[in-house]
Amino acid sequence: MDTVGSRRRLRGRAAVLAVVAVVALLASACGAGGRPSGEEGGAQPGLTPQSVKVGAHFPLTGVASPGYSDIPTGTKAYFDYVNAHGGVHGRQIEYVFRDDAYNPTQTSQVVNELVLQDQVFAMLGGLGTPTHSAVLDYLNSEGVPDLFVSSGSLLWDQPERNPQTFGWQPDYEIEAKIIGKYVAENFPQAKVGLFLQDDDLGRDAEIGGRRFLDRQIVAAERYTPGNTDVAPQIAALQAAGADFVIGFNVPSYTALSQLQSLRLNYDPQWAYSNIGSDPALVGSLLARFSEGAVTDAGLLDGVITTEYLPSVEAAGDPWTQLFTRVWQEHGTDAELTNFRIYGMAEAYAFVQALQAAGPDPTREGLVAAVEQSGAQMEGPWLAPYRYSEQSHAGISGVKISRIVGAGTEDLTPVQVTDNGDAPITPHPGPASTPPANGIPVPPTG
Amino acid sequence: MAVPVRNSESDEAGRSVPPGRPRPLDVVRRWLPRSTFGRHALLVLVGAVAVVLVLETTSPFRNSQFATLSYYAIAAAGLTVLTGLNGQISLGHGALMAVGAYTTGLLLGSAGPPPLILVLVVAAAVTAVVGVVVGAAASRLHGPYLAGATLAFAIAVPGLAIYFDGVLGGEQGMQIDSPRAPAWFADAIYFLSANEMSGAKYLAYIGWATLLVVLLLLANLAAGRVGRVWRAVRDDEVAAELAGIRPGPVRVLAFTVSAACAGLAGAVLGIVVRLAAPSGFTIVLSLGLLTAVVVGGLGSLTGALLGAALLVFLPPAVTNLGTAAGLSGVAAAELAPLVYGVVLVLVVLLAPTGVVGGVRRMWQSIRNGAGRSGVGGNGRERS
Repeated sequence: MDTVGSRRRLRGRAAVLAVVAVVALLASACGAGGRPSGEEGGAQPGLTPQSVKVGAHFPLTGVASPGYSDIPTGTKAYFDYVNAHGGVHGRQIEYVFRDDAYNPTQTSQVVNELVLQDQVFAMLGGLGTPTHSAVLDYLNSEGVPDLFVSSGSLLWDQPERNPQTFGWQPDYEIEAKIIGKYVAENFPQAKVGLFLQDDDLGRDAEIGGRRFLDRQIVAAERYTPGNTDVAPQIAALQAAGADFVIGFNVPSYTALSQLQSLRLNYDPQWAYSNIGSDPALVGSLLARFSEGAVTDAGLLDGVITTEYLPSVEAAGDPWTQLFTRVWQEHGTDAELTNFRIYGMAEAYAFVQALQAAGPDPTREGLVAAVEQSGAQMEGPWLAPYRYSEQSHAGISGVKISRIVGAGTEDLTPVQVTDNGDAPITPHPGPASTPPANGIPVPPTG
Repeated sequence: MAVPVRNSESDEAGRSVPPGRPRPLDVVRRWLPRSTFGRHALLVLVGAVAVVLVLETTSPFRNSQFATLSYYAIAAAGLTVLTGLNGQISLGHGALMAVGAYTTGLLLGSAGPPPLILVLVVAAAVTAVVGVVVGAAASRLHGPYLAGATLAFAIAVPGLAIYFDGVLGGEQGMQIDSPRAPAWFADAIYFLSANEMSGAKYLAYIGWATLLVVLLLLANLAAGRVGRVWRAVRDDEVAAELAGIRPGPVRVLAFTVSAACAGLAGAVLGIVVRLAAPSGFTIVLSLGLLTAVVVGGLGSLTGALLGAALLVFLPPAVTNLGTAAGLSGVAAAELAPLVYGVVLVLVVLLAPTGVVGGVRRMWQSIRNGAGRSGVGGNGRERS
């Protein structure tokens, strides 16, 4: 009895002690931090007189990494080249890219790390529609410039809602418009089938494609990304009698659709949008999917596609020569690929934007600089940007070309347009040439 | 009759102190409340204080990592109870998290979004209903068949989001509006710490409050009759039936509780990530949770917390080490999954009962080494 009573008392005391402990701990935490210093005046995250920090997220591991993981290595090589030539306004560009494995959950984690831990001044070229969507609101609410997203979705062109975000490559809608017009003019008798990825990519492209081709389209087949069986779609295109198939899909589905049509003995004229047609990558995927039965991209010979950057195979192009030099000086032992050129072109555009933001850039200043002088920026891209205060859309056009061997030959000159019913016009003026030292000349005015 | 996962689980509640022998922790033990719930509640209270201290003294980036940790830990806690206590393996918890995340997205995206706490409860409830259905099927399966069925579930659910892309946003996912901290909460934290409330910190508070509640409830469930019945079914189904327990409903209940936790985890994930997309809920997530639970120690809530921490803190730490060691960015990123795999193999080889099991064994051998023969009556020697 006695022990129980004393235990009761002890328990009462324990409760009191617990409360005291909690209060003491809380009190010890009180007022410890003081007010955070906040965003006072000129202090810009990621910016010092000697350096500017730029961040990006890419799939460096996982299913989406083949090809795409090359892009940041190209960007880094070009930044190293610029740094070796004195940087931008005396600042060395520090480029940090992190792996998100093409998983939006991880994108949100690594972008948190880039913004909060690494304190980047701006984001550059974050890749992927689902992945970058996960951080779109966050980057805009934190006021981080989100330049040149590596995706052709229309999501990046919403200056009202997302004032910090800018697209970069030609969006899928205008690309499809230009292909559609080409097909309507050059293959007026063709029965056209569409092979579409069932998301933004396919949806935007169908809108663009139907603008000129609606009358000729006999079938529009959609595949769900992740499902590698495209037999029903290809068979349906064959059954509909399509003799000209345009694919708006990612590279692995170019390989899958080619192998499947080989199996069905179906041989239409194929056209693939730019993102699905890199001959080197598709060739390696074909070899893998067919377990060695198809060894190169020979299947793609004669396929129609589009281009908006110089190809690695175009040895005579002065931009390709510049990027080859940059890659030899600052790259790794691996080969220069179209993906690395893509990364270098983004880096080139970023250097121009940073130059335009002046010797004392701010995050707001960088965004304003792209809006004001972005449309005049000249570089390896074949058509100008559409940047302005009203538009954050990227490159305005493409040229149609045909795959021959590992390279391409031009079918049309560069054509430019805009979303909606804007007309398609040939891009005036000569192709741009790189400055002698390979560093962009700051835009004037 | 094969029980897929059999593991020792020391039962905190059932421990009795041998009379007349002073033990090193008796001093502490005397001050603790005697009821199990009281002890757990005290622990959670101390945990809450620790959370406030940690979140208020760490950088915003660490706050965001803690927010991430919280949802992994909630899901892992639910899974460790299912696998460790009831012996059912699930490769489908990633998909259950997707159910919670999409429910949250739909609720917060509706015209007049309900209060956050209601959103969390509804997300847990909806996922629990899904859990009943899956659990009913799962309760008839054992071992590899159970793994296979839950695996199919994990593969199928993200596909639904793509199929119903009009409502669920398809491949690019559904944007979720992150809630902002209410004024009274920001004021309370400011009063305590003189720190302003940031978005990342508020999300971490939501995550950890949810996690602590989940841990409290699960700890009580595991310590009481329900936990004993789950363990009985895990260890020997026939013996359990002889004791008057019907294994079927018990398994379904375990799966449902675990699913509700996964739904809560998914809801917190949705709020923290601000997006529910199919590519966020691949089989990799389910496997990650399972490895977290195994590394931490099956059946142990502390272990689930440790395993989740490893999931969150190890990859960036390894990547940064790799970069510091002069590796290129791509190579450093590839290092992270490799090191994670090596850690998993090492834990399974060196401490098959996970980190918690290993520590427990070390603690016991130290105590036994200190001149005590046998630890009678606490049933800890079974392994």
